[in-house]
Amino acid sequence: MALSTIWVHAEASDAKVATITLEMLAKARELADTVECFHSGPDAEAIAATLGAHGAGKVHTTGDLGGGLAGVHLASALAQAAGAAPPDLVMFGTTYDGRDTAARLSVKLDKPVITNNTDVAVEGDDIVVFEPIFGGTQIVKTKFAAGAPAIATFRPKSFVAEESGGAAAEVAELAVPDSGAAGAARVTDRHVEESSGPKLDEAAVVVSGGRGLGEAEKYQIIEDLAKALKGAPGASRAIVDAGWVPYSYQVGQTGKVVKPTVYIAAGISGATQHMVGMKGSKNIVAINKDPEAPILSIADLGIVGDVHKVLPKLLEALQSRG
Amino acid sequence: MNVVVCVKQIPDPADPGALEEDHTLKRTGKLILDESDSFGVEMALQLVDKAGGGDVTLVSMAPNDETSGLRTALAMGAAKAVLVSDPALAGAGALDTAKVLAAAIGRVEGADLILAATESSDGYTGTVPEQIAGVLDLPSITFAKHVEVADGTVSVQRQTELGYDQCESPLPAVVSVTAGVVEPRYPSFKGIMAAKSKPVDQVTVADLGIDASAVGAAGAGQQIVEVTPAPERQAGEIIEDDGEAHLKIIDFLDGLKVL
Repeated sequence: MALSTIWVHAEASDAKVATITLEMLAKARELADTVECFHSGPDAEAIAATLGAHGAGKVHTTGDLGGGLAGVHLASALAQAAGAAPPDLVMFGTTYDGRDTAARLSVKLDKPVITNNTDVAVEGDDIVVFEPIFGGTQIVKTKFAAGAPAIATFRPKSFVAEESGGAAAEVAELAVPDSGAAGAARVTDRHVEESSGPKLDEAAVVVSGGRGLGEAEKYQIIEDLAKALKGAPGASRAIVDAGWVPYSYQVGQTGKVVKPTVYIAAGISGATQHMVGMKGSKNIVAINKDPEAPILSIADLGIVGDVHKVLPKLLEALQSRG
Repeated sequence: MNVVVCVKQIPDPADPGALEEDHTLKRTGKLILDESDSFGVEMALQLVDKAGGGDVTLVSMAPNDETSGLRTALAMGAAKAVLVSDPALAGAGALDTAKVLAAAIGRVEGADLILAATESSDGYTGTVPEQIAGVLDLPSITFAKHVEVADGTVSVQRQTELGYDQCESPLPAVVSVTAGVVEPRYPSFKGIMAAKSKPVDQVTVADLGIDASAVGAAGAGQQIVEVTPAPERQAGEIIEDDGEAHLKIIDFLDGLKVL
């Protein structure tokens, strides 16, 4: 049975649609006759063409929230819209605003939200979602049993974005009810962290460092290697928690999901928390002094050795190739 | 200022996880304070300290009488705890968890700020703090990497895809903090001893005025169909570094045409 209607959370920055949104649209098109987006922010008109090209018939937008946070306001608007005619499924990315909005919506509608999924399917009359657990070693299949709408969040890179050649999505206004005191939190300023080189979750090569580097100063060689390989530097949660590098570097369950052509893990043992964020990489190279490190069990090329010896030589060899 | 911190007691993530027959997480071994929560506890202790007075109260739920993780947070310096302990909570989903924790928070008088980790290390739904805010009808700021309180307003640097947003909210409010927001202290010996006698208000779901059949697996509105092994990734070649391993990596990268 095909679904009748799916709503997809459309996220964008600087009028560019987030990749996760396009990925979800590809899946939604496969499952439902009608696919529509909902959105908050000033750029609905600017992204309507892209959303339409990926299969969205309409984009319902709250417009600029004037500093209000998306979670509470967009969820209130959605809950009101769903009251009239609920869709079968509401899809969110496992993003900051996606999780907030899904969470608030679940309370408003008193429906469960199932998070961190990597797939969704229709089986008979049921919508089922698939979530990896224990570092991606097992897959939990869960069905929704509380009636429409089913609310789910999906991990980035779960689906492949693909254009369907549709016309620009029609832009419709989504009314935002007053949330009272609950809506009082505001954004007063936005800070964009400058980064050179490709983005961590888009780079073809990712070089990540972990606790095995020994100390914060030693992380520099990870940056240097990433630069030499025209890739992005990443990190395990251990060294992010320790304050060596910013949170934006983190690869894993918390943090970014990456699927580069090659992932180089240096001094990372391979906690389940980390593995779930990188085991989808096409090729994995791991360097670790402990032959029992779990990361070596999933590496295509595993080096049992000292990162302080291997990495400098690797960097020198790369640089000498120009 | 009074701060409530939501904490979770989980199986040690260093041990391999396992499921019960009903697909709930095996929690029979020793449970510990989720490391993610130690950041919220530390943040709360620092904020109360800076405000010059007030209490840090822990709120937690468990299907059994487990308190070992709570004792760790009490040893760090929290004053007291509310533990909702009820077999009916086994299999509770994120929304039910939020409803129960919100009701437990209601037992704490004069809570100005409610802190939680962004997500637990075991279930990692990442929605519970925002759902608690929804149930309590409070403002919220999630994914905080820096938190300050002054004049009844909480100011937060909220993590974003591109950097961070500077946000603020009037109190009371719910804030979820990322790992690394502060450096959690280790409990001192004195703290560990003191924690043994700190009050833990243990209540059941019924004590909170919640219908036990509406929470837990029965009320979750979702049902696990099956759990299956994921396709395994095979290990490739593993070599011992003989001083030339870097050349092996270069060859490998050359083969992939990424150089």
